[in-house]
Amino acid sequence: MAIGSRIGSWLGDRLPLAEIRALAAKKTVPIHRLSPFYLFGGMTLFFFLVQVLTGILLMLYYRPSAEEAFESVEFLMTTVRFGWLVRSMHSWSANLMVYFAFAHLASVFFLKAYRPPRELTWVSGCVLLFLSLAFGFSGYLLPWNQLAFFATKVGTDIAGSVPWVGETLLHFLRGGERVSGGTLSRFYGWHVAILPALTALLLGAHLLFVQLYGMSVPPKKEREPGGRSMPFFPHFALRELFGWTLGLAVLAALAALFPWELGEKADPFAPAFKDIRPEWYFMFMFETLKFVPGGEIAGIEYEAIPILGFGLAGLLLVLVPFLDRRVVRDGRSPGFTLLGALALVYIIGMTAWGYRSLVPVLVVLATAVVVWVLSLGSASGSGGGAG
Amino acid sequence: MVEHDETTRRRFLTWFLGTSIGALVASVVYPVVAFLQPPEVPEATTNQVDAGATNDPDLLERGFKIVRFGNEPVIVVRAGEGDFRAFAATCTHLDCIVEFRSAERLLWCNCHNGRFDLQGRNVGGPPPRPLAPYAVHVVPGERGAPDKVIVERI
Repeated sequence: MAIGSRIGSWLGDRLPLAEIRALAAKKTVPIHRLSPFYLFGGMTLFFFLVQVLTGILLMLYYRPSAEEAFESVEFLMTTVRFGWLVRSMHSWSANLMVYFAFAHLASVFFLKAYRPPRELTWVSGCVLLFLSLAFGFSGYLLPWNQLAFFATKVGTDIAGSVPWVGETLLHFLRGGERVSGGTLSRFYGWHVAILPALTALLLGAHLLFVQLYGMSVPPKKEREPGGRSMPFFPHFALRELFGWTLGLAVLAALAALFPWELGEKADPFAPAFKDIRPEWYFMFMFETLKFVPGGEIAGIEYEAIPILGFGLAGLLLVLVPFLDRRVVRDGRSPGFTLLGALALVYIIGMTAWGYRSLVPVLVVLATAVVVWVLSLGSASGSGGGAG
Repeated sequence: MVEHDETTRRRFLTWFLGTSIGALVASVVYPVVAFLQPPEVPEATTNQVDAGATNDPDLLERGFKIVRFGNEPVIVVRAGEGDFRAFAATCTHLDCIVEFRSAERLLWCNCHNGRFDLQGRNVGGPPPRPLAPYAVHVVPGERGAPDKVIVERI
């Protein structure tokens, strides 16, 4: 102990530890019935950290070339000790991360947390979500199996049908005319270098904004008298830590019970099989395109219309804080809530339809139930429960 | 009495929490450490390789050639007419590949001037141990082809 405290005081003389401690003590989190929604961002962060750790481990064995990629993943999964576990965790954690990013987005949207002065927090969060999707898309190809190969062909082809810039975009994404070993190197570069660098920058900014502006209280709760709050350390941090532990347990269980499959090695000369599908978070867009008939109008293919539509929707999503002026004025904006609800129903519905399965609906319902149970705890006097 | 009970319970819970955290950390650290250790890749064991014809230009002009013996390099030296010898070509000093200097009739390592005689013994420079010898057989070539040098693990 003497040594510990001596090191502590040595560091204290050199670093602003006291100031940091004072700052941390000041940080609070509002308490109300909807407090559990505050946990989603932290859960996304947790799964991101798992991605960083497992991703670095995978890099030690992975070989990014068309000749060796599949074999190196196969070697990793069959021969390297815990290789199957590390890869399964990376795949599952990726999906959980995207899921919680969506959940975080939805809760922030419906609780109107994008109100001034938090516009930049919202914008950086949206860009982080897009980066996560790019991570998912680029990572999907890396094992170089049939499913990934054809899903990437389809995915990049969709990008290629964007009017005017499609051709350029397609070449940029594929690193050439076709999906080839060149595409694999390119996706690898994006996946392990460019996207992580961008994400680190934006994540730093996002977390900084959260520190600067604190956590938003929903307009409705703001109007209620007697708003309470709890200190972030240790009260909220322990709650989040509980969530992280639970997240790790769920992740480990999923990875161990449902190891991620590798499938067959990609063969550019083999016919594509029937069940080519993208990752689930692209499913609603993929499904939408299936409903579009062939043909063109004014030199634009019909197919391009929903693609441009999704692009526009993404842009509008980023701009929500600047478009929703009413919530600043009246403290409510039912129009945006309705629009968001419709989008949510559409996304969940199309995903379920794409899989011909109710699992997507059940997952969302289960999440809602968990939040509801947690909210019972928050409602019945968290002050007491926090000790 | 109540005081005492409280302390024990708190101590038990602290111990319980501590061991749980310890177990959690161990269950993450152990797989990571195990993952980091590269698995033993079984190599196809090579016992014998064909080192080519006895009149190989390399052997005639330079007096030696390096052949692949599985994943290891082996040096085949033509010490005299019909006298072929083979040694592990990896210098016992710092893993460089040795060559044969016909003028001095020595196996010589370019990296740190290590020298071995034609029995593979380390006779000069820094190498600590002799080069491992391999057996050499000269097999008559079939149907007029030149004789072949076969290198075999001893």
